[in-house]
Amino acid sequence: MYRVICGGERHGFDSLATLLAHATPLRSGDQLAGLAADSQLRRVAAQMALADLPLATFLTEAVIPYEADEVTRLIIDSHDAAAFAPIRHLTVGGLRDFLLADETDIASLASGLTPEMVAAVSKLMRLQDLMLVASRVQVVTAFRTTIGLPDRLSVRLQPNHPSDDPRGIAASILDGLLLGSGDACIGINPATDSPERTRELLDLLETIRRKLDIPMQSCVLAHVTTTLDLIGQGAPVDLVFQSIAGSEAANRSFGINLALLDEAQSAVASLGRGTVGQNAFYFETGQGSALSAGAHHGVDQQTLEARAYAVARRYAPLLVNSVVGFIGPEYLYDGKQITRAGLEDHFCGKLLGLPMGVDVCYTNHAEADQDDMDALLALLVAAGVNFVMGVPGADDIMLGYQSTSFHDALAMRDLFGRKPAPEFEAWLIRQGLADEAGRIRPPDSPARLQALLPAS
Amino acid sequence: MNDRVTWPKLRGLTAARIGLARSGASLATAPLLDFRLAHARARDAVHARLDETALLAALPAPAILVESQATDRPTYLMRPDLGRALHPDSARALSDQAGDCDLAIILGDGLSADAVQRHAPPLLAMLLPALATSGLALAPLVVARGARVKLGDAVAQTLGAKAALILIGERPGLSAPDSLGAYLTWAPHAATHDAERNCISNIRPEGLSYQEAGYRIVYLLEQMRKLGRSGVTLKDLSDTAS
Repeated sequence: MYRVICGGERHGFDSLATLLAHATPLRSGDQLAGLAADSQLRRVAAQMALADLPLATFLTEAVIPYEADEVTRLIIDSHDAAAFAPIRHLTVGGLRDFLLADETDIASLASGLTPEMVAAVSKLMRLQDLMLVASRVQVVTAFRTTIGLPDRLSVRLQPNHPSDDPRGIAASILDGLLLGSGDACIGINPATDSPERTRELLDLLETIRRKLDIPMQSCVLAHVTTTLDLIGQGAPVDLVFQSIAGSEAANRSFGINLALLDEAQSAVASLGRGTVGQNAFYFETGQGSALSAGAHHGVDQQTLEARAYAVARRYAPLLVNSVVGFIGPEYLYDGKQITRAGLEDHFCGKLLGLPMGVDVCYTNHAEADQDDMDALLALLVAAGVNFVMGVPGADDIMLGYQSTSFHDALAMRDLFGRKPAPEFEAWLIRQGLADEAGRIRPPDSPARLQALLPAS
Repeated sequence: MNDRVTWPKLRGLTAARIGLARSGASLATAPLLDFRLAHARARDAVHARLDETALLAALPAPAILVESQATDRPTYLMRPDLGRALHPDSARALSDQAGDCDLAIILGDGLSADAVQRHAPPLLAMLLPALATSGLALAPLVVARGARVKLGDAVAQTLGAKAALILIGERPGLSAPDSLGAYLTWAPHAATHDAERNCISNIRPEGLSYQEAGYRIVYLLEQMRKLGRSGVTLKDLSDTAS
């Protein structure tokens, strides 16, 4: 039992999970799960109790039992006591002060922090705290491009098509390349889970890459088992994709476990296709996925999201993408909730040492619009996000939601003085797509790039 | 190669918003407003209230009106659990109509009342005669407000029907604010999950036609009755047969 006196009232919280859930800034998913604080006062009381909690508590008390959950075992067994030593005496509130202090070397703490610690401290923070601290952590990864360097902003080019038509996809890729997108990866969400179609799309991306000699990595976001089989068949696989979550049961609902991801890691490592680096995983996550799978164990969605990052960091991924607004208003109701969740995810991922990107997005049944996306996108870029999405006109015609566009990414690069990944930037300049000031301004569609369109 | 020549040709390859006119790096005014119009249509569709009087008048057979426990739109959007549960008053009204029958057809507003308002009457006008031919005994039609797909299970169960067909407004996309979905479930019950259903999506004149949708619904229902199940396994059979 955790107790605190707040506003003259006694408050008790019967477990660590309850304390974390009640301390979480309001969001619809925790209300849906019946985990949210029932008043604003109760929320602040929980935050006060959490602020006084020693960090070491998280090493002895698990929110999901060690025996019952392999993600908990991964978190506890891989904890680095030496990296934790400088902060082991702190409380959660003390950690917030420590992270904000000018002299703190935040990056060196990563392996000493658990997901629950970073989730807890994020619950005490305002948006500017989340941004300031995250902006001081650089996580650099590489495959054929180098992502996450200072003053860089990369983009995943997302050229989806409702029937996976190769010519339709190629047309969207052409548009994106002309507008400087694709340095994080060109990543297609296939409309079907057919291995044959996934193979065709991988071959299409490989042909485009080779024909135009683009420093890029491709990814078809199929299930890891499909990608594993295709690696076995000699398909040109650059990155292994998988959606992951923060509990063993939620991962089971995705058809995965750590053993399977370990197998994929060995398989992709054997290919050695990277040139400037070998980070070969692309993970996607999002608050609410565990509740959606009925696998939340009474833990709030933001803490579970941070636990998914423990899974991700085991595999030294190239890209980790929180698809923050995709899940819908029953988990994140409006622009305000999506904004906070996006900055929390970026912060927690960066603190745990991950190359975080965010799919700044919303569905049409959420209380959000392009203005909310502009705000979150700008806040994330200011906070040093590694990459964002580039979708033609921000309208994903396959997945039926709105993300950020090629134009949005360019606006952010211009506004914040960010450049594409260096290898990709050099290629853009060679193609004549940058102006004298180094801004991406395609004069028109160069004939050479049109060569990527399959013959009609 | 000039932009004005190239992009119209490329746009023929995909409905994606490619080759948009720019001002600097930003969208030009025309494509900015095009997007806003599409989003406005989708938003209006999400929040549109089902006009039950107009729908009942347009249907080819009488129907019973029911509602879920999500009695207003914000609650509906935030609490899918309530949209899956029948309001107690509606449950009582339905149990008065219970009998031994094969199929309950439910029309739900879902995330687009416009979809069910526009497409359910013409679809049913084709479907009801075909179902009569195949000898299925139908429960009274049901119109449900605040409905999620699973509400159909509760309706069918209460009516004593062996199967549920819910026609429901799908989540509006920018290109399709009024897309209708049809979900078929054999022997629906409280614990039925989504893998036990068959879904036919994107029913609207610009997508899957009423005729094609009607044909597939009847086909699936006949297979369900023959095999005594619905869901993923049935879908595979239907794909090989068509």
